[in-house]
Amino acid sequence: MHLLEGNKLTINFGGLTAVSEVDFYVDKGEILGLIGPNGAGKTTLFNLISASLKPKSGTITFKGQNITGVKPYQVCRLGIARTFQTVKIFGNMTVLDNVRLAALFGDCKQPTEAQATKVALELLEFVGLTTAASLPARGLTLANQKRIEVARALAAQPELLLIDELMAGLNQTEITEAMELVRKIRDKGVTVIMIEHVMKAIMNVCDRIIVLNYGKKIAEGTPQEIANSKIVVEVYLGE
Amino acid sequence: MDFNRINWKKTFITAGIPLIILVVLAFFPLYGWQYGVTLFNHFLLFVILSVAWTIFSGTTGYISLATAAFFGIGIYAAALLYPSVGDRYPLYVVVLIGAGVSFVLAFIVGAITLRLRGIYFAMFTFGLVLFFREIIYWYEITVKGIRGRFVYQDPANVNNNVYYYLLVIMALTMLVAYLIKRSKYGLALQGIGENEEAAAHMGVNITMVKVLTYAVSASFMGAVGAVMATKWVYVDPGVAFNPMMSFSPVLMAIFGGFGSIYGPVIGAVIFSYIEEVLTTANWFGIDWTQFYKVIFGAILVATILFLPSGLVSLIQNVWRRVMGRRRASA
Repeated sequence: MHLLEGNKLTINFGGLTAVSEVDFYVDKGEILGLIGPNGAGKTTLFNLISASLKPKSGTITFKGQNITGVKPYQVCRLGIARTFQTVKIFGNMTVLDNVRLAALFGDCKQPTEAQATKVALELLEFVGLTTAASLPARGLTLANQKRIEVARALAAQPELLLIDELMAGLNQTEITEAMELVRKIRDKGVTVIMIEHVMKAIMNVCDRIIVLNYGKKIAEGTPQEIANSKIVVEVYLGE
Repeated sequence: MDFNRINWKKTFITAGIPLIILVVLAFFPLYGWQYGVTLFNHFLLFVILSVAWTIFSGTTGYISLATAAFFGIGIYAAALLYPSVGDRYPLYVVVLIGAGVSFVLAFIVGAITLRLRGIYFAMFTFGLVLFFREIIYWYEITVKGIRGRFVYQDPANVNNNVYYYLLVIMALTMLVAYLIKRSKYGLALQGIGENEEAAAHMGVNITMVKVLTYAVSASFMGAVGAVMATKWVYVDPGVAFNPMMSFSPVLMAIFGGFGSIYGPVIGAVIFSYIEEVLTTANWFGIDWTQFYKVIFGAILVATILFLPSGLVSLIQNVWRRVMGRRRASA
């Protein structure tokens, strides 16, 4: 049984079919990459998995349970957490409170305040933000705000983490650190699906890659296979 | 930073000072200054309304203008169940019913409308005030053939009875506001105000948190309405559903600053005092009553321009500067 499985997922916005009959799966312990040109439907697929959007047709199964059409907070408590492409931190709250909030509400085991604070502090150490714990989140750099998003998502104790463009807008050093972070997350036992445009990162970190174009899945395989795929090169570089 | 250390100074500020103030306020009517009690009733009314408003709207950023609607529901609970002629329930039961009905109503309204954001939510909630006013006018005039109703007033020391009821409701409102703020639901409300979508994806059942908090804040508005009806004796829908009861608490909370619980308290006291002074003032042969709202507006504009986080932020800044200097010299 796959950890997460999508079956013929379709959604359209008016006349535009953003995701069209996409089948996918991810297994426990994997890092799955999701790539494709702008507007290919990658973030829409994340929104479907995390229940921001309801699919027009198709089903999503998590640990054998059909989770199509549940509420976002339920998806989170079931064990799927996400980060956002455009950072959606709680800017006027402290970095610690950002993470504590997710620890208190996202974990179905309902930790006490003290346990949540402990979890939050540990995760801030994990992403390297211990010194910023009591600062308002809005004052941090983009790279660090993205780290808050990761820590916050992990605080919900997910089995599956959806990471949406962690590396966009970061410099080379920050990208290397972010790649390291993704590997560390997998080593914690959390399965990862990541959307990324930074090819170096995708090719280095992912076990398997799915390529979307105009809402359709056009290729799937190991990084090596994808790099050598004629159709992928055509989509990215033109014929 | 040590998160677990108990700071006696902090404990004193959060628990000791409010208790002392409460005890002083409890003995205040015994001093026998009747005008003072009337004045304080006025203060307490607006403190309750603006703190109750802040519980929900201050943190989530959903600007509710339905305060007058829930307040009016409480007034009508008293008009129906505590009339001057006929059978009456005990007043505390009436107050609880006023609170309960407002709670249920806010719950229903919230469940329907809290998906609206910004100006749409504000407009809808304000529409609610006018809707209740008109529907009750219609019912009273066409069905009952009356315009207003008379509420029973205990002839023995009206002012003090109202005062103690308001004092208890205020203490409860402040306590609930404080407990919500420091609980995990306070954090959730703050998260909803900052970024609702993110909060939902962090496991917060946003609909439930919003609707319940809205209902809790409305129940205090209903309770205070039932008490005020016994002071006013005659009520009609125009008195009960007065739109100013929706606007004033918002303005007072903004003026005081709704980042802290003390903000709306300070805002409500200062604004209702200004109102009290100006509505009776006759300085330099000018009738200042007419200028009350102009001055109200001018102060508010100045506050938003120069103190966007309210009066409390000014006090906090001064306090920090004083404390900082003392620490530096030590």
